[in-house]
Amino acid sequence: MGPAGARPGSLLLLLLLLLRAERPRGAELTFELPDSAKQCFHEDVERGAKFSLDYQVITGGHYDVDCYVEDPLGKTIYRETKKQYDSFTHRAEVKGVYQFCFSNEFSTFSHKTVYFDFQVGDEPPILPDMGNRVTALTQMESACVTIHEALKTVIDSQTHYRLREAQDRARAEELSSRVSYWSVGETVALFLVSFGQVLLLKSFFTEKRPAPRVVHSQSLRPAPSTELPS
Amino acid sequence: MALPLLLGQLLALMGPGDAFYLEVRELEEKCFIQEIPDGTVVIGNYKTELYDPAMEKYQPSPQWINLFVFVKDPENKNLLARQYGPQGSFTFTSQSPGEHQICLHLESIRFALFYDGKLAIHLDMQLGERSNDYAEFAAKDKLTQLHLRVQQLVEQVELIQKEQEYQRWREERFRQTSESTNQRVLWWSILQTFILVATGVWQMQHLKSFFKAKKLV
Repeated sequence: MGPAGARPGSLLLLLLLLLRAERPRGAELTFELPDSAKQCFHEDVERGAKFSLDYQVITGGHYDVDCYVEDPLGKTIYRETKKQYDSFTHRAEVKGVYQFCFSNEFSTFSHKTVYFDFQVGDEPPILPDMGNRVTALTQMESACVTIHEALKTVIDSQTHYRLREAQDRARAEELSSRVSYWSVGETVALFLVSFGQVLLLKSFFTEKRPAPRVVHSQSLRPAPSTELPS
Repeated sequence: MALPLLLGQLLALMGPGDAFYLEVRELEEKCFIQEIPDGTVVIGNYKTELYDPAMEKYQPSPQWINLFVFVKDPENKNLLARQYGPQGSFTFTSQSPGEHQICLHLESIRFALFYDGKLAIHLDMQLGERSNDYAEFAAKDKLTQLHLRVQQLVEQVELIQKEQEYQRWREERFRQTSESTNQRVLWWSILQTFILVATGVWQMQHLKSFFKAKKLV
């Protein structure tokens, strides 16, 4: 078998290695957390692997949420209440299913939209055999690695800007509709109050005249009928 | 020639594997929001499992448990409303930029679950560029390692560019909302001042004529 024959074989090997290679397991999701609700996510982590959890509240109420992380033995390794955003990293000591939960149980009427980014392990190389090199990287390759890391930082900061902007835009849209409702309400109240004032004032100077006149005349002139004939 | 086929099949097997999962009950709907620019391809790899109380662990779901996927675009139009098997992937392409809502729920198509069935959905959603597979690339075009690295950088830069364009669209919408609020506040204030002055004048005139009629003035 010449080099042409060896290629399919090595490719298959490559593929099998890819199947068993540790991919950057992780998830970046935004979900809605209704009031008085709790949402949990689970992830299987190997012993010694490092994982990180970033979360941020995008819309809802006071933009805060409770969060806790539990290891497979049930021990709470992270717990925060009413946080707007936070970042948490941990090196797994126990192999098993780790659970991280977001809770909105303290709120009775505001839905929250929560974004979280959960990453496990390190980023694997593009091709598995690039991971175990014996020689040093060439200058070109090191430059590529540097650029790759820098671009990852750029993408991360773009995500953060997008989340902040979503938060501000939601607030601006809410403000816009609130201004409309309030203006209409105030105009109606203005009309009601001005008409009401006029009507009330008019009512002070009408109908009630007969009653005061009778009382007034009785106190000035003694009524002849009250004197008894002696 | 048979190799690409084998490649494809093996790659399809590489589902979410041990991605993170969430626990649901039957018919319980879970929704996720993805804020994406237009023309983004979203691929969701999923795997469902059923909790076996006898063995006290999750086993792969039987064939009669199906996943229903509903995707709504920012204008509340249905982009995707389909039923999938217990394992596989769903995909859609966004037509307009903004917040897309992806809702999933599990349903057993034959008969209801006997016990209080706990189900788990393993989910792995990939957007745009990360759906490329470098091994396939390398095989097809016989590229060197350096070429692959540069290719990865090119894709990252394209992702950044797309996100920046989307950012421009978002900023424009934000600016429009703010300007409309500003206009509304301005015009309503002027209108209300006019109404205030007009009702004040009307009140005085009306009361003056009322008192004149009552011969008090």
